[in-house]
Amino acid sequence: MPINSKAKLVKEILDLKKISQAPTRNGYGEGLVEAGKKNKNIVVLCADLTESTRSELFKKEFPDRFIELGIAEQNMASVASGLAAMGKVPFISSYAMFSPGRNWEQIRTTVCYNNQNVKIGGAHAGVSVGPDGATHQAIEDIAITRVIPNMTVIVPCDALEAEKATIAAARLKGPVYLRFAREKTPVFTTLKTPFQAGKAEIFWNSGKKPDVAIIACGPLLHNAILAAAGLEKEGIKVRVINNHTVKPMDEKTIIQAAKDAGALVTAEEHQINGGMGSAVAEIITRNYPVPIEFVGVANRFGESGEPQELIKHFGMAPEHIVAAAKKAIKRK
Amino acid sequence: MTHLHDNKIKELEKMANEIRRSIIESLMEAGSGHSAGPLGMADIFTALYFHILNHNPKNPDWPDRDRLILSNGHICPVLYAAMAHAGYFPVGELKTLRKIGARLQGHPHREALPGLETTSGPLGSGLSQAVGMALAERMDKGKQSTKWFYCLLGDGELNAGQVWEAAMMAGREQLHNLTAIVDRNNIQIDGFTEDVMPLEPLKEKFESFGWHVLEIDGHNFEAIVGACDEAKAIFEKPTMIIAHTIPGKGVEYMERDFRWHGIPPGKGPEDKFTKDKQGPEAIKELRTLWGRIKSEHE
Repeated sequence: MPINSKAKLVKEILDLKKISQAPTRNGYGEGLVEAGKKNKNIVVLCADLTESTRSELFKKEFPDRFIELGIAEQNMASVASGLAAMGKVPFISSYAMFSPGRNWEQIRTTVCYNNQNVKIGGAHAGVSVGPDGATHQAIEDIAITRVIPNMTVIVPCDALEAEKATIAAARLKGPVYLRFAREKTPVFTTLKTPFQAGKAEIFWNSGKKPDVAIIACGPLLHNAILAAAGLEKEGIKVRVINNHTVKPMDEKTIIQAAKDAGALVTAEEHQINGGMGSAVAEIITRNYPVPIEFVGVANRFGESGEPQELIKHFGMAPEHIVAAAKKAIKRK
Repeated sequence: MTHLHDNKIKELEKMANEIRRSIIESLMEAGSGHSAGPLGMADIFTALYFHILNHNPKNPDWPDRDRLILSNGHICPVLYAAMAHAGYFPVGELKTLRKIGARLQGHPHREALPGLETTSGPLGSGLSQAVGMALAERMDKGKQSTKWFYCLLGDGELNAGQVWEAAMMAGREQLHNLTAIVDRNNIQIDGFTEDVMPLEPLKEKFESFGWHVLEIDGHNFEAIVGACDEAKAIFEKPTMIIAHTIPGKGVEYMERDFRWHGIPPGKGPEDKFTKDKQGPEAIKELRTLWGRIKSEHE
């Protein structure tokens, strides 16, 4: 199996029955506690969603450094800016729809333009939020955060990577957006899997000259790996890249994939417009133009349903990634 | 009631006039910008930068300084003028206001100019930032906090819900080290505040949010200093000073006219500079605020 051994992924990565599952937001809560132990300046703010954003783990450990804002995300972003101005390292926590959704301008002006060291944890991103429906399914958040100067955007692929990303964000100086999901998804990385903000990792590599490269971020990366396994059975060689840092993107790894494969697929649980795939296209068109197919939500709002039903309904299941890969190869 | 020595009051009045003159000059040079708010707040900024604030213009990053957080960033000509006269940067630099490459951006940008505590312009966000700063200090030092956090707001921006989110939180946290000053000049771009979106009863609103509220004449130095002194003696609540000011104060034809909110001298609706007068004489009259500012060159 062409899984990159250096990525140190779990052995049962293709076995959905055996692989353990956890939501990425759990990693946020655990990462906050770990980061909080190392740095007493870390404070966590939450807008009446303490349990579901998992910031309650931090609240239990450091009650004096937890600040409840009530349902007031705009105030939360700017209060965090003020805390940061005095040397604190605030993590603001809510659903992505509300933060960075509702409070976008406050994040843009009082955090990013003001260049304050504020971290934004957006939970419940993507259609996999499920039954709550489109009002609570943020599928525009990557677009609206990556467009802001000074901002770093990280989309962890599983709960363990989410924990690593949270700890890394605490060390990065400047605004960081961390994107998390509500639903349990496979935990396929390990403690030994490399993670460095701004450095994409090759998780699956079928030789130096694959037929196609799939660039994915977030839990959908696991679907990309399942898709790769399916394509390999048909004799199609694939490279799969964990592109967790959407901004600043690891241009070198992305351009190399275009050169080696000559065709790309991007996959993300987000609008195709303006998301990670768009960012890949911006790099590729300037440096090494090759055909790109985009897997994501195609200019629609989400809707109610079970998470896996919705992933299928909106065209982001492994079979859709397989079809996109074949289409990209055909366009070479 | 705080009493200031007569000489001190004279000194502050003189400085306020210098600052008004600088505001007019920088706005005329810029050719755009807001006139009414900066002129109306000249006395309060003078009191803050030349009497109330514990600060050091030669060391703007001094950690123990008081913080002045300007929420209504559009009145920055008065902030810049006060800072320049206090010694943060050369007074001559005021002529670069709103010009390309200038440190004096059209709305203040923290990273552009040492001494600015924050970036502001989009209204309604400053009080939240001041709450965050005051709260950080309280988390570290409890009620021993010796720094003071002054947030300046416009009355028009009290339309914004975020101000009330911040006010609610400041009340809950009993931020004694936070003093907010609202420029109650009764005007905003679209008209008089009570016509656009009524704010009254404003004092009662803030009191019900857990604030100690004072109402003062924003052009009386003893009242300004006295209110800030009283705020320091209130240990269980943040203090809101509602400062009644005259928009455009110092330029007769601008006073109390909301149309001067968002335009510079020379572009006004009833601008004597362009209509009634000719050439350098008009400029001189305007720059001296109709004879109220004495130039050293005359």
